[in-house]
Amino acid sequence: MRERVVWTPVDSLPERAEVLRLQGVPTDADPPARIGALLEAALTDYLTRAEPRALVAGISPEEFRAIFRGDGRNAPDTPLAGVIAGAERLALFVATVGHGVTARIRDLFARNEPALAAMLDAVASAAADRLSVLLGGRFPALPGGPGANGTRVLAYSPGYCGWHVSGQRALFAFLAPGEIGVTLNASCLMEPLKSVSGVLVAGPAAIHSFAPSYAFCRDCREKPCRGRLASSPGPGEP
Amino acid sequence: MNILSEIAGSLERGEDDRVGALVRQALEEGRAPLEILNQGLIAGMDVVGEQFRQREIFLPDVLLAARAMYAGLDLLQPRLAREGLPSAGRVVLGSVHGDLHDIGKNLVGIMLRGAGFEVVDLGNDVPAGRFVDAAQEHGASIIGLSALLTTTMPVMKEVVALVRARGLAGRVKVIVGGAPVSAAWAREIGADAHGYDAANAVERVRALMAAGA
Repeated sequence: MRERVVWTPVDSLPERAEVLRLQGVPTDADPPARIGALLEAALTDYLTRAEPRALVAGISPEEFRAIFRGDGRNAPDTPLAGVIAGAERLALFVATVGHGVTARIRDLFARNEPALAAMLDAVASAAADRLSVLLGGRFPALPGGPGANGTRVLAYSPGYCGWHVSGQRALFAFLAPGEIGVTLNASCLMEPLKSVSGVLVAGPAAIHSFAPSYAFCRDCREKPCRGRLASSPGPGEP
Repeated sequence: MNILSEIAGSLERGEDDRVGALVRQALEEGRAPLEILNQGLIAGMDVVGEQFRQREIFLPDVLLAARAMYAGLDLLQPRLAREGLPSAGRVVLGSVHGDLHDIGKNLVGIMLRGAGFEVVDLGNDVPAGRFVDAAQEHGASIIGLSALLTTTMPVMKEVVALVRARGLAGRVKVIVGGAPVSAAWAREIGADAHGYDAANAVERVRALMAAGA
């Protein structure tokens, strides 16, 4: 099954706290007024320019393993091998907030509006990540209802967790996301920049839980894997 | 409070209109452009930078201050250029070939300008040769390279090799940065420094300049 998904900008609007976190602003208290005003301006700007959309397609474990191998440049040991082994369903995806937001960020920097540009960049990054969470919630509910048996859906992306970024080539060859306006350059960089891709893995929560002790974890600054499980949807959950 | 302190204080609060008005007033009063720059704008940005390092303020505060600094700098730059006054140093900056990410590079550029450096921003997707050409053309002592993808990091190595091949090693120093870029990578390719983040990059550039870049 291959599906094109289109959201409204409001659907993709990220949590304010997540945007502030990306800007390095503590979220345990209200931000200073001028930062709050900047955030609201960036959110308004985002709403007028975002065109969130995605392409998603179910895939078998065998098909995914071939894509995951890619150019053969993955880390020798990755958590994804174990995650996939325990998965109940898989789907490849590419999602984007569109070209308009990226163009606006560049324009703001060019016009010496760096604070608003950086805040809008954070809004767009958080929104793009939110799209993968929204896609996870679109998995058909398993017998027993949404989130039954502790099943969670998490996205894993090339460039993270030992999956070499060159894996984008095989992923793009399979999905052909040009129809939603997303392309890949020779460096495996997606355009528009505020796009996300990867595999959605539905399975018991336990398969997504691993210690950040792989060789590549040393260079991972934020270790977002630790917090992702808590915010992941169950299949069929909004 | 004298007008230079007022400029610094307004800049710290991100009051861009006020900074512009005060700089204009200071010029009209006969203050030297370099004095306004050093004791007003850069003094203010130094406070902002220190508050940021101490986590008393946050990135958006720094960028609001930067916008205020630009409001003053736009008025000073024609005068400074005409008088040929020295800057803290000249830095060629860009995201390497194949990489279109530029927010990190932009933040480094903003903070370097705030610290009194002249920045030649080459933008993104910049081939190795263009960095070195620009350093020679503009007489820059530092080349700053940004990459956000492991696939584009090898371009950094090309730049370092080109600097050596053209006999510029020691005179032109290379600093690298970006999410996947580590100090170990910098050492491996023979770069002179690694900037962990924008604030750290400014410290490293200052250290390179002090060491004779």
